[in-house]
Amino acid sequence: MTDLTVADARAALAHPSHINSDLKAQRVRSAWVFLAPTLMVLALVAGWPLVRTIYFSFTDASLTNLGGAEFVGFQNYLSWITLKSGRTIYKGLLADPAWWNAVWNTLKFTVISVSIETALGLVVALVLNAHFPGRGLVRAAILIPWAIPTIVSAKMWAWMLNDQFGILNEIFVGLGLISQKIAWTASPDTAMVAVLIVDVWKTTPFMALLILAGLQMVPIDIYEAAKIDGVHPIRVFWRVTLPLIRPALMVAVIFRMLDALRIFDLIYVLTPNNAQTKTMSVLARENLFDFDKFAYGAAASTMLFLIIASITVLYMWFGRVNFEGGER
Amino acid sequence: MAELQLRDIRKSFGAFDVIKGVSMDIRAGEFMVFVGPSGCGKSTLLRLIAGLEEISSGTLAFDGEVVNHLVPSKRGIAMVFQSYALYPHMTVFENMAFGMQLAGKDKEQCRKRVEAAAEMLQLTPYLERLPRQLSGGQRQRVAIGRAIVRDPKVFLFDEPLSNLDAALRVATRIEIARLHRSMHKTTMIYVTHDQVEAMTLADRICVLRDGRVEQIGTPLELYENPNSVFVAGFIGSPKMNFLSGPFAALYEAETIGIRAEHLEIAEDGQWAGTVIHSEMLGSDSYIYLDIGAGEPVIVRENGTSRHQPGETVRILPEAGQIHSFDAAGRSIGRHIMRGAA
Repeated sequence: MTDLTVADARAALAHPSHINSDLKAQRVRSAWVFLAPTLMVLALVAGWPLVRTIYFSFTDASLTNLGGAEFVGFQNYLSWITLKSGRTIYKGLLADPAWWNAVWNTLKFTVISVSIETALGLVVALVLNAHFPGRGLVRAAILIPWAIPTIVSAKMWAWMLNDQFGILNEIFVGLGLISQKIAWTASPDTAMVAVLIVDVWKTTPFMALLILAGLQMVPIDIYEAAKIDGVHPIRVFWRVTLPLIRPALMVAVIFRMLDALRIFDLIYVLTPNNAQTKTMSVLARENLFDFDKFAYGAAASTMLFLIIASITVLYMWFGRVNFEGGER
Repeated sequence: MAELQLRDIRKSFGAFDVIKGVSMDIRAGEFMVFVGPSGCGKSTLLRLIAGLEEISSGTLAFDGEVVNHLVPSKRGIAMVFQSYALYPHMTVFENMAFGMQLAGKDKEQCRKRVEAAAEMLQLTPYLERLPRQLSGGQRQRVAIGRAIVRDPKVFLFDEPLSNLDAALRVATRIEIARLHRSMHKTTMIYVTHDQVEAMTLADRICVLRDGRVEQIGTPLELYENPNSVFVAGFIGSPKMNFLSGPFAALYEAETIGIRAEHLEIAEDGQWAGTVIHSEMLGSDSYIYLDIGAGEPVIVRENGTSRHQPGETVRILPEAGQIHSFDAAGRSIGRHIMRGAA
């Protein structure tokens, strides 16, 4: 019912020139009435903070003096001065190696974590889609990591990864896999690995669930037809299942990617102040509140927003994702 | 050419017995229709023959060779599903060629076979379309085409017309009958709950009830000599009139059955009744009479009926057309005498 109204309204809004009858005008009016509350809430909780952040990124605002902020143009992003010696010194976010390190960390984290989660999620979904006794129980159980608040699971894993008392070191040393205990979350070599392990553990169930929903849309008799055609199950997966769940898979990857690009809590708790894992969000927060460089932090937040938005647009463009379901 | 022997086939899902011992021979090249009400096990029986379900006990043989443990693709069968079961992301051509291509068949040969099947089913203009760009009838033809391309020994149909509208159903039915004539060497097994489809398509019909075979015979054998109340009531439209109590006692039976076309309205009729309703179909009319039995008796008249509701008329059964059944619902023969002695 609601879907119909919204879809109708969208169609009506897209072609205002076609509105020629009272009925259509009436439908457009009611569409606006239904949309207004959502639009208002969105403007308040998403639009306004975004506009404020973008505004502050062009000022010299500090946390103690938000009201007296003055416009400084692009200085927070990039500025330069040429010294008398002829040397040019660049300043601002775009010239900040810490920022580019954060961008690199974030992208690395996103690509690796989302890839592993998609692959694992697909495997888990395929297993959960099969018929076996106790399937309902397993389906519920697999969601547990996802249901635990990130802060809690981050703390939990921090203990398990602890260099002195952590169970992982205990097991690995016991098995002879490592000769001495590793400071998983503190060592520059393993910090990112630790973050990835916890993120994969936590969000694979979410991926699996989204993919499972796609798998359940594939009619069973298509598999039976393939059986009669004598198609090998692995072939069926690549040639039938995968193309059919592609739209669901694409949507799941977008959701996870948006989430991964703005990762904050896990890293803030698990590996604080580690240059190897510092992401864009962590860097923005640090500047906004810890370093009292509010405007600079706002500029980082704005850049983060632009990067996420453009990656999403690119992904949707290349993947030609259709959120209405089905292919294109 | 394949001949099927089913010997005491049983299938249970957990504690639930669906097929309770079915034995029959299906002759090579025959068009056999499994018919019965929903839940009688006809689709399950077809799926057992296809190999989509495992047989719990009993043997299934194709040309004398037991195939119980063969996977579907090794049985030399093709199946048309009720929901078409086309691959939605593949074109008509790809749908029809998919199985063959993966079986490593020569590309040219593959194309030729698909084109021949498409030609036969008038699908040639649609080969590059996706299933969703086709009408229901066209999709069903693609599903049939995909089956033809497999060049099966046994062709299985699982209620293929149920998702089509009435006009298309008749057209596709005729097409399937034509297909059977042109593939006269292929054994066809067809599942339906629609007795009209069964009557019009079948060489022989197998009526199933509650996981057992009720009767097997040619359409006319079943129509003329049903061996139980169930078959008599299931085959034929409108349903056979059943009378019991004093009406049947006259014929020394528990129940008697007379078809609507075997009753005529006559002055010297055996039973009197009040017209309660009449249906005019143009070519003939069905008169519903209350003769004091539990249910109204339906009488067929040619052309348009002159009888109005409320009118009292007498009806006469045609000689030799009264079927009598015992208390268990089994047939105890037909009465040759006109009316009661």
